Amino acid sequence: MTLLLLSLALFGAGAIGALLSAGRTGWPDRVGVAAAVAAGVVGIWPAVRAATGASTESLRLAWSIPFGSFFIELDPLSGFFLVPVFGVCALAAIYGFGYLRAYRGRSTAAAWFFFNLLAASMVVVIVARNAILFLMAWETMALSSLFLVTFDDENDEARAAGWTYLVASHIGTAFLIVLFILLGRGGGSLDFDRFDASSGAGLIFVMALVGFGTKAGFFPMHVWLPEAHPAAPSHASAVMSAVMIKTGIYGLLRVLTIVGAPEAWWGWVLCAVGLVSALAGVLLALAQRDLKRLLAYSSVENSGIIAIGLGLGLVGTASGNIAMAVAGFAGALLHVLNHSFFKSLLFFTAGSVAHAAHTRDIERLGGLIKRMPLTGGLFLAGSAAICALPPLNGFASEFLIYMAGFDGVTATAGGNVAIAFAAVALLALVGGLAVACFARAFGIAFLGHPRDSSLPAPHEPAPSMLVPAIVQASGCVLIGCLAWRVVEALGPVVRIASGLPAASVAPALASISGPLAFAGAAGMAAIVVAIVLALIRRWMLSGRRVRNAVTWDCGYAYPTARMQYTGSSFVQPLTTVFASLLRPRRELVEPEGFFPQRASFESDTPDPCREYVFEPVFRRAGRGLAALRPLQQGQVQLYVLYIAITLVLLLLWQLA
Amino acid sequence: MNSLNALPLLIAAVLAPLAQGVINRTKAIVAGRVGQPLIQPYRDMLKLIRKGAVYSETTSWIFQAGPVAGLAAVLCAGALVPLAALPALAEFRGDIVVIAYLLAAGRLFTILAALDTGSSFEGMGASREAAFSALAEPSLFLALAALARRAGTASLTPAIAAVSARTWTQAAPALCLVLGALLIVFLCENSRIPIDDPTTHLELTMIHEVMVLDHGGPDLAMIEYAGALKMWVLGAILVGVALPFHSGAVWIDTAIALAGIFALAIVVGLIESLMARLRLLRVPELLIAATILAALALVLVRR
Amino acid sequence: MNAMNQAVDAILVMLALTGFMLLGSSRLTACIRAVGAQGILLGLLAIAAQDGELSATGIAMAITSAAVKGVVLPALLLRAMRQANTIREIEPLISYNLSILLGGLGLALSLWLGGQLQLPTQPASSLFVPAACFTIFVGLLIIVSRRKAITQVIGYLALENGVYAFATAVAVQMPALVELGILLDVFVGVFVMGIAIFHIGREFNHIDADRLASLTDQ
Repeated sequence: MTLLLLSLALFGAGAIGALLSAGRTGWPDRVGVAAAVAAGVVGIWPAVRAATGASTESLRLAWSIPFGSFFIELDPLSGFFLVPVFGVCALAAIYGFGYLRAYRGRSTAAAWFFFNLLAASMVVVIVARNAILFLMAWETMALSSLFLVTFDDENDEARAAGWTYLVASHIGTAFLIVLFILLGRGGGSLDFDRFDASSGAGLIFVMALVGFGTKAGFFPMHVWLPEAHPAAPSHASAVMSAVMIKTGIYGLLRVLTIVGAPEAWWGWVLCAVGLVSALAGVLLALAQRDLKRLLAYSSVENSGIIAIGLGLGLVGTASGNIAMAVAGFAGALLHVLNHSFFKSLLFFTAGSVAHAAHTRDIERLGGLIKRMPLTGGLFLAGSAAICALPPLNGFASEFLIYMAGFDGVTATAGGNVAIAFAAVALLALVGGLAVACFARAFGIAFLGHPRDSSLPAPHEPAPSMLVPAIVQASGCVLIGCLAWRVVEALGPVVRIASGLPAASVAPALASISGPLAFAGAAGMAAIVVAIVLALIRRWMLSGRRVRNAVTWDCGYAYPTARMQYTGSSFVQPLTTVFASLLRPRRELVEPEGFFPQRASFESDTPDPCREYVFEPVFRRAGRGLAALRPLQQGQVQLYVLYIAITLVLLLLWQLA
Repeated sequence: MNSLNALPLLIAAVLAPLAQGVINRTKAIVAGRVGQPLIQPYRDMLKLIRKGAVYSETTSWIFQAGPVAGLAAVLCAGALVPLAALPALAEFRGDIVVIAYLLAAGRLFTILAALDTGSSFEGMGASREAAFSALAEPSLFLALAALARRAGTASLTPAIAAVSARTWTQAAPALCLVLGALLIVFLCENSRIPIDDPTTHLELTMIHEVMVLDHGGPDLAMIEYAGALKMWVLGAILVGVALPFHSGAVWIDTAIALAGIFALAIVVGLIESLMARLRLLRVPELLIAATILAALALVLVRR
Repeated sequence: MNAMNQAVDAILVMLALTGFMLLGSSRLTACIRAVGAQGILLGLLAIAAQDGELSATGIAMAITSAAVKGVVLPALLLRAMRQANTIREIEPLISYNLSILLGGLGLALSLWLGGQLQLPTQPASSLFVPAACFTIFVGLLIIVSRRKAITQVIGYLALENGVYAFATAVAVQMPALVELGILLDVFVGVFVMGIAIFHIGREFNHIDADRLASLTDQ
C-alpha cells in the first residue's frame, strides 16, 4: 500500500513540477516523463503482487465531505487492472517525450500536467472504495483526458472532438450517479463494502451497463471514441485507448461483484451488446481512411469482444456451468491485458507514421516499410496480435472466449445454446473482418509505392519513440507463448470477478490452461516450421540466378503509383455486402461528352449511430432548449437579481 | 500419441498433389480430352523448384515471407486434422479454433504479399480473398460447432469419430446440412468454381490466381503445394463426416479414407465442369446461404 | 427416432430452405418454382405426418393439393409472367441480403414461438410449428417488400402454404370439405389475380405496384 501511495505522490509531483517549470524549455517534458516512469516502476510491483492474490490491503481515512471517506483497497481485481495502467502510462510517457518534440513551439507543460493527472486519477478510480472518491477521480480522469484531446487546440476538429467527448462522458457519469444512489440507498452509506443491492438488481445492472459502457465504448454509446482518440496526441491516444477504456470494464466488474449472483438475462444482454459492438466496430473500422480513427473503432470492437466474454461468463454462472463461466471471465480479463499491449503498440507505431509522414490518411501513404522497416515490423506484430493469430497474445484470449462459447454449445440446453452459438458464429465473422481490416491498414500504408509524392520522405523515429513499441511487441509475443501460465496466475482475479468459490475455479482454470498450452505450442510450431522452410528456400536459391525487375504491369507503358489499389477499393466487396448497415455516402460526378473536363468520385462513411440517432436527438433538443436563451442576457445585474430571488424563495420555503 | 498418428499428415504431404491431378483429369475427361497425367502437379512443382527467382523492386521481405508463412500454417493445421477414422497427430479441446486461425494467419500473409507488389491486379485478388474468406468463417465454425455438439466435445478428432453409421440413421438431415455448408466453404477456401476459376488467366475474373501473379520459382512451388495441401486437409474433414466407417484396422481405414478423398476430387472436378462461375456480386449470397445451412443444422442438432 | 419422424423433419427443413430461396432470388422463375416445390412438399408432409393411419381420402387429398399447388398454379403464374413480359424482379424495397437476414431473424422468432405455443394435440415433430410460422412470415415479407404484382401473388401463395402447414400440424386429418374449401380458395384467388395482372399489364404496360400507387386521387 505504501508503494501505491508513493506512486500516486510521484504522479502528483510530476504534474505540479511540469507546471512549475513551464517557463524553461525542455524541463516540463523531462520532469513529467521522469515522474511518470518512476511512478510506473514503483507502482507496478504492488499491482502484480495483489493480482496474483498474495493479500488484500486497505486504507481508510476520514474525510470532511458528507458521505465521503478516503477508503482505498488493493484486492486482486484492482491489482490486475492497475498493471496496464502503470505499464502503459510509463511507456507512453517515454513515447510522448519524443513525440511532443515536434510541438516545441508551444508550451508542453500543460500536456504533462494533465498526463500525470490522468494517470493518477485512473489509479484512484481503480482502488477507490467510496462512491464520492470514485466519482471525483472519475471526473478528474475525464477532464484531464479532455484537455489532452484538445491539446492541439488550434485545430477545429480537435475542439469539436473535445465537445463530443465532454458531453458523452457526462451523460455516462449521470447514469453512474444514479447507480451509486441506488446502491447506497439501502445501506445508508456510500462505502462499497456497505452497499446493499438486494432490491432492484436488474435496474442497477442496466445503469452500470450504460454508465460504464459509455466509457468502455459499447455500441451505441461509442460515438465519442472515434472523435476523441484521433484528435489527441499519440501518446495520450495510446493511454486512452489501451487503459482508460478498461476503467469502464473495471467499473462494470466491480458492480457485478457487489450485486452478487447474476440473473440469466444479464449475460444475454451483455453478450448481445458485445456482439453488436464488435461487429459495428470492425465494420466501421474497415471503412476509415484515417489511421488513428481506424484504431479507435478497433478499440470499440475489442471492447465488444471483452463484453462477449463477460456475457458468456455471466450466462455460465447463472446456469451453473462452471467451465463456461471460468473460461468466459478468464478470456475477458486476459483480453483486457492483451488489448492494452497491442493497442498501445499500434498507437505508438501509428503515431510514428503520422509524425514522420505528416498525415494520418492511409490513402496518401504507401511503401513505408522500406523507409521505416522497424516501425513497419512492429505495426505488423501489432496487427497480427489484434487479429488473434497464433501464437500471439490476442489468440490466447480469443481462444478462451471461444472455449466458453463451445462449452455453451455442447453442454447447456435451452436458450443458452442459442446465445452461445450466435457468439461463436459472430466472433468468427468479426475475426475474419478484423484480418481484412488490418491487412488493409498495414498493406495500404506500408506496402507498395508511396501514393502521394508531395509528402516528405519519412524516416525512422527517434529511439524514445521506438523503445516503448519494442517493449510492447515483446510483451505480445511473451504473453502469447506463455499464456497458459498467465491464465493460471489469474486464479484470484477470476474468482473475484465471477463470484464463484475458489474450490471450483482452480480446477476449471487448470482444465482450460492445458488446451491453451497446446494451442500456444501449435502456434510456436508454425513459427519453427516457417523458419525451417525459409532456410530450405534460401538454400534452394543460393546457387541460382535471382534478379530484380518491375512488377508485372501487363505491358502498360506508364504505370504510376496511383494505379495501386486504394484502401476504399480494397474493402469495396465488404462495404457493398454490409451497405445497409454502413450506409456509405457516395458523390459521383460522371464524365460527360467525348473530352470530359471534370469527373470525380468521393465516398465517405460517417458513423451511422451518430448520423441517424444522436445528431437528430441533439438537434431537436437544441431547438427546444433555445427557448431558454432569453434567460442569458449577459448583464451582471440580471444574474445578481436571479441569485437574490432564489435566496428569498429558499428562505420562504424553509419557513413554511 | 503413437507413431500411427503421424499417418494422416504424412499421407497428406505425399498425396496432396495427386488429388489435384485427379481433379484436372476429371475435368479433361468430361471435356472430351485425354488430359494431363495424374502426376503432372508433381512434375510442375519439381520444375519450379529447380528455377531461380525474379523479385520486383517494389516488394520487401513480406513478399518472400508470404509463401513460407502460408505453407507453414497449412502444415501445422494439417497436423490437427484427422483423416476419416485415422486420428490426427495432436488433439486437444479447442483445436477447431486453432485450425481455423492458423489458416487465417496463412491467409493474412498471402494477402500482404499480394499488396506488397504495388500492382492493382494483386490488390484486386487480395481484396476479394479477404472479403470472401471473412464471410465463409461463420459457416465453418457453425458446421464444426454442430458436429461438436453432437459429440459433446470441442475437439475435431473426437467430433468426427463420433459420426458413425448410427449417427447417419439418427440425424441424417442435420448431417446433410453440415455437409452442404462444409462443401461450400471447401469450394470457397480452395478457390474452386463456382467461386473462382483456377484455370482462367483474366485478372478481372480471378481471385486466388491473381494474388500469386508475381511469384515464381520455388515460391510458386510452395504456394501450389500449400494450395493442394489445404484442399486435402479441408477435404479430409468432409470425408470424415461423409464416410462414417470405422473398422479398427489401419490399412482398411486408410484405404476407405483415400477412396473418399479421391471421390471428393472427382466430385469437385464434375462441379467445375458442369457449373459456371458465379458473378462476383453473387458470391456473398452463396456464402450467406452456407451460413444458413450450418445454422439450420445446429438448430436440428440442438433438439 | 423412427424413419417417419426423420422424413417429417427432412421435409420441414426443405420447407424452410424453400422459404429462404424465395427471399433471396431475384429471378421470377426461381420464385415460382420455389413456391411450387412448397406445394409438393406440403402434399408429402400430409402423407408423412399421418404416421400410419393412411386413408384413401387422405392420400387422394394430399395428391390433389400437391398437384394443384405444385403444378397447376405455377404453370398459371408462368403464363401470366410471360404475357406480362417480365422476367426479373426489380430492386425490392428491402434488399436481398437484408431480406435473408430478416428471414434468419424470423426463423429464430418462429423457433421461440414454437416452444411457447401450447397446442391441443402434440404435432409429429417439434419443428412443425416453427416451419409453418416461418413460411407465413416469408409470405408476408415478400408481399410487403416486393414491387412487382406477380411476386406479391407468389407471396400470397407462400402465406397460404404456411397456414396449411400449420393446420396440418394441429389437425392431422381435416375433414375433406375443409381441405377442398382451402384448395378452391387458393385456386380462385390465383386465377382472379392472374386475370387482373394480365389486364393491368395490357392497360398500363407495366405491373409495378409502386407505380400503380399513382392511381390515387392525390
